[in-house]
Amino acid sequence: MPPSADSDVISQLIAAHGQQRGALLPLLHAIQARFTFIPAPAIPEIAAALRLSRAEVEGVISFYADFYREPPPLHRLRICRAESCRACGSEDLWQQASAGHGAQTAIETVYCFGACAASPAIEFDGRLCCRVDAAQLDALLKDAS
Amino acid sequence: MSVRIRISEDSVAIALGADALATALAQAAAQHGESLEIIRVSSRGLYWLEPLIEVDTGQGSFGYGPLAVSDVESLLAAGFLQGAAHPLALGPVESLPFLERQQRLLFARAGKTRPLSLDDYLASGGYAGLKRVLAAGGDAFMAELEASGLRGRGGAAFPAHLKWATVRGAASGERFVVCNADEGDSGAYADRMLMEGDPYALIEGMTIAALCVGARHGYIYVRSEYPQAIAKLQAAIGHARAAAYLGDDVLGSGQAFELEVRQGAGAYICGEESALLESIEGKRGQVRARPPLPASHGLFGRPTLVHNVLSLASIPIIARDGGAAFYHFGRERSRGTLPLTLGGCLQHGGLVETAFGLSLRTLLYDFGAGAKNGEIKAVQVGGPLGAWITASDFDLLIDYEAFAAHGAILGHGSVVAVDASCDMAGMARLAFTFCAAESCGKCTPCRIGSVRGGEIIDRLRDGSAQHDQDVALLLELCDTMRDGSLCALGGMLHYPVRSALTLFPDAFPKWRAK
Repeated sequence: MPPSADSDVISQLIAAHGQQRGALLPLLHAIQARFTFIPAPAIPEIAAALRLSRAEVEGVISFYADFYREPPPLHRLRICRAESCRACGSEDLWQQASAGHGAQTAIETVYCFGACAASPAIEFDGRLCCRVDAAQLDALLKDAS
Repeated sequence: MSVRIRISEDSVAIALGADALATALAQAAAQHGESLEIIRVSSRGLYWLEPLIEVDTGQGSFGYGPLAVSDVESLLAAGFLQGAAHPLALGPVESLPFLERQQRLLFARAGKTRPLSLDDYLASGGYAGLKRVLAAGGDAFMAELEASGLRGRGGAAFPAHLKWATVRGAASGERFVVCNADEGDSGAYADRMLMEGDPYALIEGMTIAALCVGARHGYIYVRSEYPQAIAKLQAAIGHARAAAYLGDDVLGSGQAFELEVRQGAGAYICGEESALLESIEGKRGQVRARPPLPASHGLFGRPTLVHNVLSLASIPIIARDGGAAFYHFGRERSRGTLPLTLGGCLQHGGLVETAFGLSLRTLLYDFGAGAKNGEIKAVQVGGPLGAWITASDFDLLIDYEAFAAHGAILGHGSVVAVDASCDMAGMARLAFTFCAAESCGKCTPCRIGSVRGGEIIDRLRDGSAQHDQDVALLLELCDTMRDGSLCALGGMLHYPVRSALTLFPDAFPKWRAK
């Protein structure tokens, strides 16, 4: 990896988070918080710093749904599709979002935000919304496109 | 003198508009020249009334809800600061039937205290338990714990004192206390409410546990779907450390305990304790074969006490009030209280904490007020791996053994109700879809069975040409997954699938000649 600002940032993050026991997840969270995804050149650096193989680091990144290997779209819509939200119309919201989202919005399935007393629940760009109806989702999708 | 108003800062209350309401109320009051002090507290768990505001009237706490920003002017005009009548007035909140019939131990502070205020925590009996344990010693508390009858609240219901005794009795050397705050069973939100609303209770419980088993370091592994819980715990740990409730010398006892929050990364399986330990170690969250158990070979290979949030939050209560007081609640071998979380199609969704022994019917109709539309068709208790139960069995009592005898599970105490509109074959499909998405992949029955099971359900829903063979195959697959899976994800999937198939055969239509 040629020297760059990113490389410096990754080194700093490794220095800040790499010393604790079981450092890999906290480090990956910190890198993703900075870059919105895990840049490929970071992987050998992480592996070297934590004395892991690259395959081990790759294996951990791919195991957890929260980690992205590529820059994610600008907006992220997460729809809970577990039992309570499903009983309150989440599948209709899913269909609506799948049909009507712009290229800048990723749509993801989540199983439970712990908002089951106010289903259906979605999260848009990190903000939780409960008792969501079609009109509310439509407004969010319009804002995002 | 300014009037004190309480509004929740719980993440679901905020999602329903609590922040906007607080801002609008403060602005409108200033314009009207009314003096009020808004404090942000935990949630009562009366979610169908959120956003809820409570006014200290001098004759108790009067509630108004569910409110929208557009209600603020009419509230002020009506004189709600004096507890005046209004179409959305609820009267004294503690007299609402939903609350009055509860026995709140773990959620005694819910809706009353500011989550991050150590002063509020201390003023409401917080840290009295830890002080008693420090004065009386670990042996005395172990006896209290056994007397309390506490069993792990994560679903397995293992007697807590046996787990503690194993870790406590381990050969000298490093050991850990770990809180499993990644039990992401859909429908269960008591963990989230407790961490967001009463973080010091969890911290105190873990501190007592650490002192008793000889741990100097603890981890709270929280699912990433609960960002507010993570932030609250991190802040509360900082405040507790600054006040010497954590750190090198806990309250001058000479004993050290450090606590750290670890954020999960979107893997349900990490709610399984051995997968959780792997994840803290920085690995893929794959389930470990057992034995050995975590109590002897846990985190980093060391003896580890792993408990869920509600088990650990019960500890300060047992320490403060004594084991006998805790045992007094409940029935048979299920002792203490269980926070149950109502969700789905119920009119009154929220948190119900009572002693074990309540009937499902009471819970669904007296507390939940029945379905919003029509009748309750079925309920699933205990999360995505729980059995469906229909009206003929609603007299079932909330009790670990009663549920087990019925072929159901109590799990985390989540209760999701569905009405006539619910497609039960779709729910059975969801169980397999969920299992396939969240399987760690280590054992074959779960990894492959979840995919094959989903395919069989799809055929049955379409009107399978080989209906009877497919049903037999599905039941056989359920048995294989139950008997051959390493952990509960594959091992308990048969509960929702088999119960849906048995109770709702019409949802899986016979082949129709075209």
